[in-house]
Amino acid sequence: MTVQEGLVIASAADAPHPPRARRAQFSLGSWLLPVYTALALIFLLIPIAYTFVFSFNNSLKSNISWRGFTLDNWTNVCNAQDVCAAFGNSILIGVVATVVATALGTAIAIALVRYRFRFRSAISLLLFLPMATPEVVLGAGLASEFLGAGVQKGIGTIIVAHIMFCISFVVVTVKARVSSLDPALEEAGRDLYGSPAQVFWRITFPLLLPGIIAAALLSFALSFDDFIITSFNSGSATTFPKFVYISAARGIPAEANVIASAVFLLAIVLVIGQQVTAASRRKRLTRVG
Amino acid sequence: MATAAFAEAGADLELVGVHKRFPGFTAIEDLSLTIPAGSFFALLGPSGCGKTTTLRLVAGLEEATAGRILIGGKDVTDTKPFQRPVNTVFQSYALFPHMSIIENVAFGLRRRRIADATAKAHEALSLVELDHLATRRPSQLSGGQQQRVALARAIVNRPALLLLDEPLGALDLKLRRQMQLELKSIQEEVGLTFLHVTHDQEEAMTMADTVAVMNKGQIEQLGAPEVLYELPRTAFVANFLGQSNLFTGPVADTTADSISVNIAGSKIVVPRARAKRHSGQVTIGVRPEKLSLHLTAPEKTAETNVLGPGRVIDVSFSGVSSQYIVAVPGLGSIIVFAQNMGAGPMAPEGAETWVSWKVEHGFGLEDEASAAPRFTADDDTATIAVQKKRALMSELEEA
Repeated sequence: MTVQEGLVIASAADAPHPPRARRAQFSLGSWLLPVYTALALIFLLIPIAYTFVFSFNNSLKSNISWRGFTLDNWTNVCNAQDVCAAFGNSILIGVVATVVATALGTAIAIALVRYRFRFRSAISLLLFLPMATPEVVLGAGLASEFLGAGVQKGIGTIIVAHIMFCISFVVVTVKARVSSLDPALEEAGRDLYGSPAQVFWRITFPLLLPGIIAAALLSFALSFDDFIITSFNSGSATTFPKFVYISAARGIPAEANVIASAVFLLAIVLVIGQQVTAASRRKRLTRVG
Repeated sequence: MATAAFAEAGADLELVGVHKRFPGFTAIEDLSLTIPAGSFFALLGPSGCGKTTTLRLVAGLEEATAGRILIGGKDVTDTKPFQRPVNTVFQSYALFPHMSIIENVAFGLRRRRIADATAKAHEALSLVELDHLATRRPSQLSGGQQQRVALARAIVNRPALLLLDEPLGALDLKLRRQMQLELKSIQEEVGLTFLHVTHDQEEAMTMADTVAVMNKGQIEQLGAPEVLYELPRTAFVANFLGQSNLFTGPVADTTADSISVNIAGSKIVVPRARAKRHSGQVTIGVRPEKLSLHLTAPEKTAETNVLGPGRVIDVSFSGVSSQYIVAVPGLGSIIVFAQNMGAGPMAPEGAETWVSWKVEHGFGLEDEASAAPRFTADDDTATIAVQKKRALMSELEEA
């Protein structure tokens, strides 16, 4: 159908048709696309909507059948055993792993773009490996390393594991930003009496900041989300995804739904807030210009 | 850190035996150059001739492989760019996109902890007539305005030496003229030493006191614009700075004050003082506007050279003057510029013509005849003529 329609549109564009005939051809596409889009969105959003709705379920042990509306789960999130501790662990691990991975990854990205040194392309390639390798392999490999080295598994080992795979993503994200940065800007900074440190903090860093922030958000999301590598290297420590996975066997408490929904809502609020400020800044600039 | 004081006046720039090698090629070979304080010096050359590398060496953005660089008598070869009393106006302007215009201009002053940075930055912006845009971002300015900000950002620091890297390249003709004037008046006002790098011969000639024509990492000729134009030393200079008709032949006769060269059977005379070589194969040149076009064979006297007869193969009329290309058998084509004194061009296409010029207008080149076309393919006289014709046509279309 799309091919035929494409042909019709092409011929309509070629020859100066009366506008009415053209509108008739478009009407098929004009309702099909919205319906298709709506179906796709519903499909994508159903699990989230389900999680959100069931965070208000007056559940007992398991949270599968609807037993009535309540706000208790939201007001007493930490009632369920260990869910808040697991959530706290996830936040702690995410923040530490993000900070370390972003700092290291940014430095690596600058070095890879700006300097010519031995094994530069080899390093570039190796940094891709953690992204390409299946997580099971990474997790298992790291676990046996820790075992071999006699390291006690816990929060520390989880953080190390997360830093490892986050660095790759940071390097890739920041690298794109560094290569789009005009080297003449830094040269201008040096020319205008900026010492190397001043040039970095006043010119390079602010210009890379959008890339660095994007990399940090990505790192945090990946770390917060990770289950496979974490479960191999966590020992007795529990993170939020691990908690959900374990409790799935005997029924996930509604409090987990509350936390998941809250994280989702927080992310939505952040995105919308960012869009609104960006739009208002654009408006202000165009008004000036 | 640099001292928190302005340079009192421009400083001499001295390059002594500077070499710059990049992996795989040599950009600059044994370059020695002295630019006196307060002068406006232009380095002119085609792209890839090493002029921008020279500029970056002076700014400290590249390290010389060998040789010394002195600014105001002080050896700065081993110092970092931020330690040199030099500022650059970059080709791409390189304004900091995350700062406002005023912050851009004050950047250098702040780094050197100079008092009243903001007030001084406003002053510099007023000089380029952009103070009313101080709070904007660079992206909100037009190309010409950005260029003036880049200029203000450099001169606000009162460097002893100001480097300009083709700063007018991106501007349209009218803005270019304005900026050229502005640069000139700023130089007269603040008395800095300017080192200007460009591939635009007109820009170099109108602005600079001294022009150095660079080719393949070396300076071919250096001097005042009039001297370079009237008496080019090499075929490269003769063709890069304006156009030239060049003829090569063996020396036939020499007298105390002139030499004559046999060019395809005709004897062409050039004053001895204007010829660099006096024996063997010699290349004689003459500028197209110095030639006269004749429809009948002119009388050959001791003061004139005559070539011809030839046929006019192309005429391009451009109002004030016309350009004729005359094909002379055995010589190739000769370009003639002539004022349109009468109505329309003075010779139609296909007409039989002679060209003549005064002996004193010819010049003899230093180059070996064989080495004469140093830049071969696209710069023989015919191609230049075609390019000129196209340029004229597009200009006429715009008007």
